Amino acid sequence: MNTDSHAAHADDHHHGDSHSHGTFSTYMLGFVLSVVLTAIPFWLVMSGALPSKQITALVIMAFAVVQIVVHMVYFLHMSPKSENGWSMMALIFTIVMVVIALSGSLWVMNHLNSNMMPIHQMTGMK
Amino acid sequence: MTVAVNPTQTGEPVFYLADEHPHPEGYSTSLGFWIYLMSDCLIFAILFATFGVLGGNYAAGPAPKDLFELPLVAVNTSMLLLSSITYGFAMLTMQQNKIAQTQMWLAITGLFGLAFIGIELSEFAHMIHEGATPQRSAFLSAFFTLVGTHGLHVSCGLIWLVTLMVQVQKFGLIEANRRRLMCLSMFWHFLDVVWIGVFTFVYLLGVLR
Repeated sequence: MNTDSHAAHADDHHHGDSHSHGTFSTYMLGFVLSVVLTAIPFWLVMSGALPSKQITALVIMAFAVVQIVVHMVYFLHMSPKSENGWSMMALIFTIVMVVIALSGSLWVMNHLNSNMMPIHQMTGMK
Repeated sequence: MTVAVNPTQTGEPVFYLADEHPHPEGYSTSLGFWIYLMSDCLIFAILFATFGVLGGNYAAGPAPKDLFELPLVAVNTSMLLLSSITYGFAMLTMQQNKIAQTQMWLAITGLFGLAFIGIELSEFAHMIHEGATPQRSAFLSAFFTLVGTHGLHVSCGLIWLVTLMVQVQKFGLIEANRRRLMCLSMFWHFLDVVWIGVFTFVYLLGVLR
């Protein structure tokens, strides 16, 4: 039992080795994907190819999300296994915080904007 | 030091090592650096949120449509993207222990980074020259804070890059330098990820607005 637990322990601490580094082909694949995922949104906005602005906005935001994932995987070598899952844990926590901060700020401030009385009406109430 | 924990009702006492066992130097650096990047990510999230809230308040001043030149932003974006891939090549040659080639790719990365900063500064100078200063409107304050903070990060990355090139020149690709190059690689790619958010939400959506 003792030797078993020791072996498992030693395994746990191969941090350096478990980190993947990527190869020439994964870097090139990431680069080509990024170029495509950057070029399309720029082209969409500059040419106005899509009929409505809302659709264009949604499409370019979707492209941004996909490109962020591509960078994470091919350039930052994120995987559920790196650092025994702790990098992924930190990343998920950060994403939760970012989503709360962004959506919360936008939502609350938007409500404030629409519910706040304009100043000229307020002075008229006196 | 070993600590005996109270035995359960039956059975023998169980022993745990209470002391930290020795680790090789820098074994936790990449996780620690990743956590730093995540905290940096929160800074940018707050700046993005600020821009999201204030981005439409032009105070009768210039709007994104009047200020932003998308072809220039596209060139800037490609500079940063190219610097990302050349840094990747630097990491690959580092793993093959080729010092000269690693230095060459690092230098190319630095030049692309410098081009990015140069284009950004000339864009800022042009805007300020036209009267679109940070004081002009809430939109411009938020814009300069967000994009400026990113630019400041890239500038710091450039200083770090030059420092590491000197280190590699002096001491070669020793373990410590490999670790430092690894951290800078994460930092550099992270800045590229933030830039995706900037060109999408600030420039493209701004022009679209």
